[in-house]
Amino acid sequence: MVTLNDYLLVSGLLFAIGFAGVLLRRNIIIIFMALELMLNAANLSLIGFSRFNVQDGLPDFDAQVLVFFIITVAAAEVAVGLAIIVALYRAKQTTHVEDITSLKF
Amino acid sequence: MSPVLFWTFAAIMLVFGLMVIVNRSPVASALSLVVSFLGLAALYISLDAFFIGVIQILVYAGAVMVLFLFIIMLLDLRTEALRKPNLMALFGGAVVFTLFLKILFDVSYGFEGGRAAFPPIDRMPQGDVWEIGMTLFGGHNLPFQVVGALVLVASIGVVLLSKRELK
Repeated sequence: MVTLNDYLLVSGLLFAIGFAGVLLRRNIIIIFMALELMLNAANLSLIGFSRFNVQDGLPDFDAQVLVFFIITVAAAEVAVGLAIIVALYRAKQTTHVEDITSLKF
Repeated sequence: MSPVLFWTFAAIMLVFGLMVIVNRSPVASALSLVVSFLGLAALYISLDAFFIGVIQILVYAGAVMVLFLFIIMLLDLRTEALRKPNLMALFGGAVVFTLFLKILFDVSYGFEGGRAAFPPIDRMPQGDVWEIGMTLFGGHNLPFQVVGALVLVASIGVVLLSKRELK
């Protein structure tokens, strides 16, 4: 039997993978992909709770609408983020975060 | 959904998610991300969220991935050369990651309420797209329009950022 806890565990593991990617990788595009993984892990737990919280024989659709909004905002975020990366590459000729130290104190 | 299918798709999602951060070539990472998102869409469908599953495939496995691959192609990124790793950062990252995993297991196995089976749902007579549409346009109309404005602002911002000369 698959329970809510299994979904939450899988979602947490996906978040942990994304988190490790952000902490350990140095290529800014890979960091961005790991960020997407973390965003989707949050979505998975939202959908899990939506299915678990059944009212009148129907899942909680407010959570699914929230996931819809998150996916929309994430798509816009990817477009803006990649445009910033392209602008950064044009200025610095690198996507390696350790080469970008203009803001370093 | 049967436990076998659930764990298969969860394993596909997690293994390819791991490949995203292990692969040294950005193109291989992006393609692993597509497979990981397909596994995630299967998990959404296993939770009776058919609309969200389809949207996940269309938006992430379709649009976002094409964007990623396009940018990788545009920047002409090769496989990274091995650099000397920053040992301090690596160590700190590993410690934070391990502690996070420990808390995650404690929390998800300590959550008593989540051990019950999923309650059964009636077969939705209208389908879940109808239900989501009613919720979206009925109860969340203002956020929907705000998101529309946000997407417009984002697209204008992308065009501005992509111009060669920023004035």
